[in-house]
Amino acid sequence: MPEYRFKTPLTEANMRQLRVGDSVLLDGVIFGVRDANLIRVFDKGVNPPVDWQGAALLHTAPNVRKTGPGKYEPLCVGTTTSMRMDRFTEGLLRDYGVRAILGKGGLSPRSAELMQQYGACYLSVTGGAAAMETLQIEEIEKAYWEDLMPECIWQIRFNGLGPLTVGIDTHGGNLQSEVQDEAKNKLSDILRSIGVPS
Amino acid sequence: MEVRDSFYVLIENVCRDLYIQSLKLIPPDVVAAIKRAAATETKEVAKRIFSHYIESIELGSNKDMLVCQDTGIPIYWVEIGGNLRLDGARLSEAIVRGTERATKEHPLRSSIVSPIKRENRQTSTGERIPVIHFDFVANSDELSILFMPKGSGSENMSFMKMLVPADGMNGIKRFVLEHVVGAGAKPCPPTIVGIGIGGSSDLCMTLAKKASARPLGSKNPDPEMAGLEEELFNAINQTGIGPQGLGGNTTALAVHIESAWTHITCNPVAINMQCWRAERRRATVTADEKVEYGF
Repeated sequence: MPEYRFKTPLTEANMRQLRVGDSVLLDGVIFGVRDANLIRVFDKGVNPPVDWQGAALLHTAPNVRKTGPGKYEPLCVGTTTSMRMDRFTEGLLRDYGVRAILGKGGLSPRSAELMQQYGACYLSVTGGAAAMETLQIEEIEKAYWEDLMPECIWQIRFNGLGPLTVGIDTHGGNLQSEVQDEAKNKLSDILRSIGVPS
Repeated sequence: MEVRDSFYVLIENVCRDLYIQSLKLIPPDVVAAIKRAAATETKEVAKRIFSHYIESIELGSNKDMLVCQDTGIPIYWVEIGGNLRLDGARLSEAIVRGTERATKEHPLRSSIVSPIKRENRQTSTGERIPVIHFDFVANSDELSILFMPKGSGSENMSFMKMLVPADGMNGIKRFVLEHVVGAGAKPCPPTIVGIGIGGSSDLCMTLAKKASARPLGSKNPDPEMAGLEEELFNAINQTGIGPQGLGGNTTALAVHIESAWTHITCNPVAINMQCWRAERRRATVTADEKVEYGF
């Protein structure tokens, strides 16, 4: 399967060439977001203190050691289940120009439609394998909204984050959702095989 | 056997160490199962995911790194030997302090917040957290503590239903299969699927969690339950959900069942899953303060 390497900020053209299952490495600044900070942006109407045009956002809340005012070194930075943040996809793509959402577990068919429309991708990080990702960090440049610790907005510079697996592409593909649909289609046969009638 | 004052200090240190070590050392039975599962995958994406799992396991044990970022909800299963004489309130305090010290001293991310205001004390503790289960073992001089840092990806995929007797065994099988497929990628498969059968609603879910904490390779001692574990395990691995829900042959590492008797009108079933790392760490402490660590 094709392998790609991009530097952030990302372009629509970068994203339009990807297909589900492709492997991607990312260099440059990636922003860590998740429940609390996205709730503040979208439900409380507070503008994020950073520019997300062309951004890659990673669903994360890291383990860090504080080294000075606003400065942190990474101890363990991984990813979290993306579906909890699914309802923010439209705003992130339409209002802020985000090009890639990184996380684990996939996003909904509705998010996949939006990604096709706006030219963005979902890049699947290997959940639970955070030790590997942590070594791909060059620096945590800044933490915004430290009152939400650990759910700050994290500005993290990576050297080759990945390999990430394209989970949602701009052509209507949604790998995790397709795998789950196939499992649902097989379910009544599987149940019959263990004596459970449909 | 009456414990000394120093016993409680020791328990505090042990609980600190259990929390930190559980996040770095994946249990050997789990490592072996992940490696076996990796060898059965044929698709490129599934093989890639398993290679990331194995690399991260090795970074944990060889480079002293946290394997996953999720420090979880701290859960302690404490078994008190019947011959021990100790102050249960001081024991609970020591467990809480050990949890707080792990968080401050390592440091670890505090993943614990108040449920409505979402206030984080940055200690991994709060009202009724850590979760501490107590049990008692006859004719024993030991205190055993099994610790689980329960990650939310899998914990959020917990399900419980008060089925009725007429739903029978088939109702249980259907509930389990539908919910494992419904959970899909979210609990970080391949998982250990813990199932509770019987009891009251609260006991049923506790049994499901206890089942998920059992080592791989263990079987329910009741042959009928062990048969159901095997049957559900094979069925779940027919779904094709695979590692990270990206497709593959291994969706569960095991199905474990724990059961209790129940009310004549009840047929409760609960599901509680462990993610692929299935973190757990055990310490056994004797009254004369010898500590042995295991899984």
